[in-house]
Formats: sequence, C-alpha cells, structure tokens
Amino acid sequence: MNNIKCECGHVNPEGTVLCEACGKPIEKNQHIDGNDKKKLLNMRYDGSARRSQTYNKSIIDKIWSFFSSVKVGVWLIVIALVASAIGTIYPQEAYIPSDAPDRDPAVFYEDAYGLPGKIFYQLGFHNLYSSWWYLLIISLIGVSLVICSLDRFVPLHRALKMQKPKRHETFINRQRFYSETENVTDEERETIKQNLKKQRYRVSEQDGHILAEKGRFSRWGPYVNHIGLIIILIAALLRTTPWFYLDEYMWVREGEQKVVPGTNGEYYIKNNNFIMELYDKNDKRFQAALKKKGEDVPSNFQTNATIYKKSGDTVAGAPPKLEKVKDVSIRLNHPAKFGGYTVYQSGYQQNEFKSMTFNLHEKNDPKKVAGTFKVDFGNVKSSYDLGNGYKVNVENYYPEYYLDEEDKIPRSKSKYARFPAFVFSVTAPDRKKPEMSFVGIGKNIDATGKNKYKLGVEKYEPLYASGLPVKRDYTLPIFAIGAIIFMIGVIQGMYWQHRRIWLHPKKDSTLLLAGHTNKNWHGLRRDIEKAISNTSVKIVEDQQELE
Amino acid sequence: MGLDQIRENKKKKKKKRLIFRSIVLILLLVAVAYALLTNLSDKKTTYEAGDSAPDFKLEQINSANNQSSIQLSDLKGKGVMLNFWATYCKPCEKEMPYMQKLYPKYKDKGVEIITVNLDSNKLVVDRFINKFNLTFPVLADRQDQVRELYNIVPIPSTFFIDSKGKIVKKVEGGLTLDKLAGYLQDIEPK
Repeated sequence: MNNIKCECGHVNPEGTVLCEACGKPIEKNQHIDGNDKKKLLNMRYDGSARRSQTYNKSIIDKIWSFFSSVKVGVWLIVIALVASAIGTIYPQEAYIPSDAPDRDPAVFYEDAYGLPGKIFYQLGFHNLYSSWWYLLIISLIGVSLVICSLDRFVPLHRALKMQKPKRHETFINRQRFYSETENVTDEERETIKQNLKKQRYRVSEQDGHILAEKGRFSRWGPYVNHIGLIIILIAALLRTTPWFYLDEYMWVREGEQKVVPGTNGEYYIKNNNFIMELYDKNDKRFQAALKKKGEDVPSNFQTNATIYKKSGDTVAGAPPKLEKVKDVSIRLNHPAKFGGYTVYQSGYQQNEFKSMTFNLHEKNDPKKVAGTFKVDFGNVKSSYDLGNGYKVNVENYYPEYYLDEEDKIPRSKSKYARFPAFVFSVTAPDRKKPEMSFVGIGKNIDATGKNKYKLGVEKYEPLYASGLPVKRDYTLPIFAIGAIIFMIGVIQGMYWQHRRIWLHPKKDSTLLLAGHTNKNWHGLRRDIEKAISNTSVKIVEDQQELE
Repeated sequence: MGLDQIRENKKKKKKKRLIFRSIVLILLLVAVAYALLTNLSDKKTTYEAGDSAPDFKLEQINSANNQSSIQLSDLKGKGVMLNFWATYCKPCEKEMPYMQKLYPKYKDKGVEIITVNLDSNKLVVDRFINKFNLTFPVLADRQDQVRELYNIVPIPSTFFIDSKGKIVKKVEGGLTLDKLAGYLQDIEPK
C-alpha cells in the first residue's frame, strides 16, 4: 500500500514527485528531484515516478534499478571511452608493422615502447577491441540504454497523457515563468484562449482552468534516438556472425583454382591471369608527370577469373563437382559479385616464375643452338625431347633452391618456384654419355668440366598472384536504418519544443499564468506576449532570474 | 473500490512488472552472452586427440604401391597413421626411413601408414620416393584441401587413428624410431 492519494483525488504510484493530475508536489518525495531546496519545481519527467527510484525488492528489481540509473550509464560510457583511447596509444596486435624485428606481441611491445609497452601488452590492450571485458562494457552500455529508456519513457508518457488543465496552485507558482494579475475578466481569459489557439496551441479547459500545449512530440525525441542507437548496437552484434559479416583475404596464383574462403566450400575461383598496365610514357598527356615521377606508374590492376559453384557434395580431397557461374574481371573499384559475396582487387605479388625457356647450345658457341624447350613450373616433366636426337632429362628440380650448409647438398625451401634450379642430363647424338649440368638463376655448373653442350635461359615468364579480399556485409542496411532513426530522434528533440501554458483563475478573479518549456524560453515568452496582448494580464516573470 | 480490491490490483500489477522486467533482462542477457561467445570463440577448428578423424579421399601417387586412391573411411577396423609431409621439409625427410622400416611389420598387424604429400610437383615427389624406396601409399593433396581440413600448420604433422576412427595422438614435428613404434603399437586393433 504505497500509492499516494493526492488531495485532488488522483492516486499516484509510489515515487511520484508531482501529482500526475494536478501537479501538486507530494510532500514526502520532494528530495528525489531536489525540489525541497529550491523555489522552482524540477520539471524533468514531469515529476513522474521513475520506477527505479521507487522500490527494490527482488533481485530482478535490484538489477533493473542498477541499470536504470543514468549515473551508471554515464560511468560505463566513460570507462569505454577511456579504454578505447588507451587502446590507440600503441598499435593493436593486428597492426604490428610487418617489418618489425619480432612480430610476437610478447616481445614487440616491450622492444618498441619499453616498460609502458610491456604494461600495455600485459593488461591486454594490444587486443582491446575484441577482448571480453571491452565487449562486456559495450554490451552493458546497450543494456543500460534499453532499461534507462524504458524506465523513463513509460512514466513520462503516462504523466503527459494524464495531465489535467486544473493544476494545484503550488504547481503553478513554482514554475519558472509566472505572473499574477488581479481582476481579470472572463472575456479577457477567452481572448487569451483564442489567441493561443491561433498560435496552434492545443487548448483544454476544466472549470475555467486552461492548459495550452504545443510540440509534445518533441519529448519523445530522446527515446526515438535511443531506439536508433539500440538498432545500431544490434547491427554491431550481428556483424560478429559470419552470415551477416564476412571479411576474408585470399591469394590465388595465376592458373590456380581455389575455394573462396568463408563460403563453406560453396564457391571456387580460378585465376586465369593477372594484368598490370602502366601509363603510356609516350602519351603526351602523361609525359610531364611521368618524367617528374621518374618511374613507371600503374594504370590498372586486374584479375581475370572464373567463378564456379559447387553442385554436389564430395568428400574432402576428391575433385569437387563444379558449375561455372561466370567469368569476371576484377579491377580496382570494380569488384566481382556473386551469391552475396563481393571480391575486390586489392594486391598482387610477383615472386614466382610461371615458366622458363631454355636453349641448348654448344658451350663454345652460343649461336649454335641445338634446340629449345619450355619448362612450365606448374607441371615439370621428367624429360624434354628437342628432336634430332637431342633430349634433356630433369634429374632433379628445386623450386626454391638453396645449398644446405649442414650436408652440402642442394635443397628447396618451399614448393613455390621462386628461385628454381635444375639438375639436367643432356643426351646428344654426338655424345656417348649423357652430360650432367646444374642450372639455376645465375648458376650454370658443368658437372665434369668436359661438357660439349650448355643450357642457357632464353626467357622466362613471371607468375603473378592476386590478393583478393572477400567480403559480405548484410549489416549495412541495419546500420543505416539505425542511423536514420537516430537522426529523426535528434531532429525531433532539437527543432521542436514542448511548450505549455497554464491559466489558473482564482475565486477572487485573480489569474495565475505560468509557462514551461524544455528549451527556448525566449520563444515561449513571445508566445505568451502575443496571447495576452490587448488584455490586462501581466507578462510572466522569469523566476529563475529573480532567484 | 474496496481496500482488498486495491491490494489485489496492486499485487497483480507488481507481478506483471516482475514478469516484464525478467523477460527484458533475460533477452538482454542472451544478447550479451551471444555477443561475447561469438567474439571470443576461436573460429579455427582443429582436430585433437579424442576427436574422430574427418574423412577424405585422395589420389595415390606412389608407383611402388598398387592403390590408385584411398578414402579414410574405407580403413575402418584398421589402425591408421596419417602423416603430412613435403619433399622440402627436412624433418620429414628424416622420419621417412623410420616409417618405411616399420611399415611392412605393422601392415601385417592391421596398422596402415598413409602419407599426405603437400608438394605441387609430381616430379620432385617421384624422385624423393625413389631415393628412399618408399612403398607405403603417398597421397597427393595438390589443392591443400585435406591440409586445410585438418588445419595443419607445421609439417611434419602426424595423427594416430585407432580402428574406430578416433584420433589417439597428434604429433607436430618429427618422430624418432622409438616413439613411432610406440605410437603405432597404441593403435593396433585389438
């Protein structure tokens, strides 16, 4: 039994500061809004009972009232802001420069920034924006936002819906704008009423008491605004799910066919070829600029690729059943789109060979060529027939050659043809035994020193690899909706004001006039001036200035 | 309105409020828990001891072995040692002779040694097989499909799989002859 019955007969919920109906201050609750220490009434939420401040009994109520506190919300925002700021002092783990001596975060931060760096790392700031506590704070801000809004919107809406034109005298004379005029006639009151109506006020009347109200909907601005924020937070939440948001990066070599990462093996991409075009040095339009730059300037990066879609399930390793979707040419700002995914041209690498063409010639005379052959590094054959009885066997192949210091034998560092070397044996019609030689880049070693023939590199083709980011983002429209609602809320609260004017006739024909607005008091004063023109009613005084 | 009725109304209202608050809090809790879990859970799935080994099928390229392709699930009932290797990997080269030495003996005991080669050129693999006289199956994973399936980072990596298809042991890095023999014994079908 904690409801409070006002002398006007209205039963207010516990925690009400100003009676919902007549506005009379409820004596025992004046400390809540600080009205006990001031002459003017605090009109925030119209003195309605914010539920959180009323009672906490069950755990649910206690949790609820914790989050419904604006103070708690502000602190959460402050903590998040400070943490976010600290996180930007040093680079995040993902942005440790690639040329750092040691990219291991345990070493890097201390090496590069000394003790502060070490502390930064040990407190986990190197991975701040995806750390559990940072995410927790952001989520708690969301929770606080929802509960604070609910807890204020509902009672405010209730109070504004219930307000009666007939207010208690103390409510009237404790408003900021207030005036008292004796001997006001009913006609004068009627004039004011009509004047207010002309200014598009909604006027309601009860026993000669008048309430004129305008722009109430601006009070809902902050709540609309919060709905927008909540939608943005929901979008951020959805962004963590791979279905809504995908951000992968893949390297595909020319001629290579690869599964597109993040598509669960549904799509494959085959890089047919990569093209880099340069600005024409002879073109008059670019000549001067290119000369100034002093080096080649690329005009186009392009990956010509084919997109395939898997058409049936196969066990891993077995060749997938694929259906061609389309041929695409992926260029800067011209991404390829398929099945909701977008693939961009972002990078290229050229540190491998596609093929090498050798010619076999007499050691002493490079002009006497016995034949040529091309080695395709994607498919190195064990022998190449040059015709006329000349044949070259590949005894061994080292894609990325190095000489092992330990056991002094040639080895390869990887399977990629970055620094290829071969052991060839050459069969020639005029030699009884095959001639062995070791051929690599900048190396041509005759195994016995008695070879008649020598292999020379005639030309080579570089192999390009395209760096393609794969993206899918279904959250952008949700972010946009959230942002639009947010802006509507801001406009609603900023460009309109909730103005209220009360006329309170007393029995001795004294008229009390009071006004309240949430902003732009000057505008309200002008409205009142217009309304009381041609009457004896005094203009309101700003009681805040008088204080 | 009687006093009792007011009390009754109040009780109802309180109950409604409690239910409403509980529902809102639960919804928010679910959203927060979801946000945290999806962010913090490691996206990479690795297969460790205790997991069942995912199935795959690859072409067999060792000419000294007479199988043309192998599917892992066909080997149920046998112990399987699954080794990932490449010709350019030095520790792989070191453990290959041990595997070759134990292969015939354990094949009779119902343990298969299967190797997945990660090179891109058949020529280098052929030369390697000839050099070490390997007779166990060598499977070619040209597009790194099985490597990605098992999320192999260092090579060599070896999985010891029991007759029920369950991974008993995962070894990253090279193996000695003794260790190899020990692990092979562990996966002998009983």
